[in-house]
Order: sequence, then C-alpha cells, then structure tokens
Amino acid sequence: MSEALLASERPFGWTQRLICLYGIVWREGLRFLHQRERFISALVRPMVWLFIFAAGFRQTLGVSIMPPYDTYVLYEVYITPGLIAMIQLFNGMQSSLSMVYDREMGSMRMLLVSPAPRWFLLTSKLIAGVAVSILQVYGFLVVAYFWEIEPPTWWGYLTVLPALALSGLMLGALGMLLSSVIKQLENFAGVMNFVIFPMFFASSALYPLWRVQEGSPWLATVCRLNPFTYSVELVRFAFYQQVDWLSLAVVAGCTAAFLGGAVIAYDPARGMLMRRGG
Amino acid sequence: MNAAVDATAKTAVNALSVEAVSHAYGARIALDSVSFDVAPGSFTVLLGLNGAGKSTLFSVITHLYVSRSGVVRIFGRDVARESGAALAALGVVFQQRTLDPDLSVAQNLAYHGALHGLGRRETRARQAFQLARVGLADRAHDKVRFLSGGQMRRVEIARALLHKPRMLVLDEPTAGLDIKARAGILEVVRGLVADEGIGVLWATHLVDEIRDDDHVIVLHKGRVLADGSSRSIVGAAGARSIGEAFTSLSGGAEGGEG
Repeated sequence: MSEALLASERPFGWTQRLICLYGIVWREGLRFLHQRERFISALVRPMVWLFIFAAGFRQTLGVSIMPPYDTYVLYEVYITPGLIAMIQLFNGMQSSLSMVYDREMGSMRMLLVSPAPRWFLLTSKLIAGVAVSILQVYGFLVVAYFWEIEPPTWWGYLTVLPALALSGLMLGALGMLLSSVIKQLENFAGVMNFVIFPMFFASSALYPLWRVQEGSPWLATVCRLNPFTYSVELVRFAFYQQVDWLSLAVVAGCTAAFLGGAVIAYDPARGMLMRRGG
Repeated sequence: MNAAVDATAKTAVNALSVEAVSHAYGARIALDSVSFDVAPGSFTVLLGLNGAGKSTLFSVITHLYVSRSGVVRIFGRDVARESGAALAALGVVFQQRTLDPDLSVAQNLAYHGALHGLGRRETRARQAFQLARVGLADRAHDKVRFLSGGQMRRVEIARALLHKPRMLVLDEPTAGLDIKARAGILEVVRGLVADEGIGVLWATHLVDEIRDDDHVIVLHKGRVLADGSSRSIVGAAGARSIGEAFTSLSGGAEGGEG
C-alpha cells in the first residue's frame, strides 16, 4: 500500500514527460510500420506527379531563372519541393484522421488520461506525426535522386531537415485543429476535397507565383494567402541551403496559431469535447 | 506544502468523491447534481440504463472534460485543478476497446507505461506481475488481434493497474462478453478489492453482477435515485431483489418526470 502511495504521489516531472514523448513517438512509428500500404501510398502519390504529370509538362512549362535557382531548371526539379510539402500535407491530415478514429475507438481517451498536461500530450502526438512524415519525405528523396533530382550539394539533404520539421509541424497542427472540429469519420472525405486539394493547387507547388500572376491576379492573391505556399517555399530554399525569411516567419506563426487553436479545442474546460460529449 | 498535505489528509478517506456534479450538452441535462463517494477497498456499482448519464460521468471522472459545476476528487485531488496528481492515482477501463490490435500485448502495455512516465525496465518488471494476475502471463508477445474479447478486457485491466492506481473505474467492462468471460472479469476485479484494498467503481446495467453487500448507486436520467448497500436498497424499496428494486425506482422516476 505504501509503495502504491509513493507511486501516485510522485510528481510528473520532465523525465516522465520525456518518457511519455518517447512512448508516443515509438507507438506512432510502430503503427506506421504495421500499415505498409500507408507508406507505399505516401511514396506512390508524389511519384505519380513526378513521373507522369511533370514529365508530361516538361516541354510545355519551362521555369525561368528565379531564386533559389541560378540556372534554368527542369519542371521536375521545380515541383519536387511542392511534392515534398504534399507528402507532409497528406500526412498531417492523415494523423488528424487517426485522431478522429482514435476518438471514436477510445484510444484518444487512453492518451488523455495520462497525468501529463494536455498541451504536452497533443504536442507529443504532433511531433510523432512529423517524425513519420520526415521518414516518408526522405524515402521520396531517395527515389527522386535516381530521377536526377538532387540538391546542388549533399548538404541540401541536411539543411532541408529543419524546414521539413517546421512545415510538418504547421500542417500537422492544422490537421489536429481540424480533427477537433470534425465530428465523425464520414466528414473526412470533405476535408480531402475542401482542404487538401485547394491548398495544394492554390499554392506555388505546381507553378511559380509570377506565372500565376500573369494568368490570374486573383488566384495569385489566394496563393499568397495560403500558408501551404510558404511551406513549399521554405522547403525549396532549404533544399538549396538558403533561408526564405518570409516563409520561415509565416510557417512559424501559423504553427503557433494552429497548435494554440488545437490546444484550446481539446481543453477539458473550454473545448469542443465538453460541448458535445467527445 | 504542509497545507496541501493537511487538505489531502482531511479528505483522503474517499478513493473517489463526486460532489454535486452537473453537466449539460446545450439544453439537454446529462447530470443533475450527482453526488456519491467510493471508499478505498469498496466495490461500488454504478447501476443505470443506457442514457442514464454514466458515460458523461466517466468523461468527467477521467478528465476528458470538466463538468459545468461540481467537483470530482480522487483521494482528495480535484480532477479539474490537480489533474496530474488525480489521474496518477486513477486506473481506467473504458467501454470501447482501446488496445492497438496490431501491436502485441507487451507493446500495448509499454505504451501505457510510457504515458504514465514509467521507464522501460520498470514497465517490463510490472507487466509480468500484472499479466500473471489476470491469467495471461504466457500471452505477452501475442498480437492483441488474436485474443478473445474476454482476454482483451483482462489485458485492459492489467494495463489500467500498471501505474499502481488506488482507484479503478470500469465502464461496462463486461459488455459483449459471454457468461464465463464475464464471471472471470468480475472475479479478477473483486480480487483486487479484497486483496489490495483498491477502490472500484463498476458501471453496469446488469443487476446479476451485484452482490448483497456491494455499495450500489442507482443513476437514472442524470440523477442519483438510491445510494447504499444493495441489501438496504432492496429493503427500502420493499422489493425481493435488486433488479426489482431498480425497476420500481426507475419506473417511479419515469412517472415523476412525465
């Protein structure tokens, strides 16, 4: 009895929190390994764009010299950062899907009865999703390398890492915020149509903004207001060992805003769960 | 620090105390000033039909959300204000299955251990003991998918005990199980109460799980209609069994509300 007493009176300090974070990332990794089709589809999706779409458009769409490129680049090279960000966008939305699923299946509640503070649990869950998305991106970069898409030096593979972490956090936090609003799984198809596709197409992922501007100034404005554009540009510059400060600021700001919103939405005293009963 | 210890000491009598808890979803009232206590080492049954408010009450006790008014304490710790300390002393078995079917029993337990800040080695040491207690010592490395419903429930009980809670709440733990599995789960949990003095709150709508000396709380339409030993509730209602007493209590409340 006295031992039990000690166990529950022990404070949940930073060591315990680290163990907790590690456990959440470990479980996400294990689940990812067990869902092989998820990894394969995460790889195949951008490859379809790269091998079919980009190859087809190669002759139609030339990309002129624009930062960070100091020479003419092939269209495949131009859209690679967009496809990387797309992997992260899908992954972010898929983790939110799994949160809705977890909530229905109760394992979300399992997570939330941990004595760790709720913001910490949600952030840990987010970090776990980002870690998985980074694995997917490097998997894609290996394939892209054999398609002769590579950074100017090998350092590019390293400098892109912090950009991937930050853009993954932003897109994952957006997914988490959405997961608090979506009540049931059925609505997720709507998220695909109303979040993933518009964000991807109305951005600088597939075409440079100056070309969009020529065709439709209205669409260019939408692209400039789309946080996904800044994810793409952050990754594009980081791959070339450069920092695009505007993108960095926008992505960091949006990450903070989305995560803050998600923490409020999942807050036991104020959140959505209380209003409609989880 | 001393003040905190004193405050805890004063209320430490109850493993769980629910004090005037009310909750509503919009205009629909789910809990209407619900109060009751669970003493350490007592097997307390929360008896109610589906829709009585049991799920909302479980959400509030497990801090999924905070009730609109009232306080829930676990060994004197306010779940809303000192949730970390309160949740550390609480073990939970949810009505839904909450194990990862693709992971092994040991991996599921390791995840839970980590959520409660237990290191790998500590978790592994406790896991063997807890699994042996629920009679599944030899299944640690099997995938959860290959277990029967009753075995999954046992794993969930072992998991809920991993961080050595002194209060265990179970929401309809025998739902969907056959008679033999139900009896097995009941035996395990009653054993915990008898051998280790753990306080148990057992939510159910099945009256045959109740013994004469159990503490029973009858919850109906968000209100507590009766609170006492099964024997005394049966006596007060002038009924022959707890089932009969429950029917007449909930039937009476039905008429009152129109």
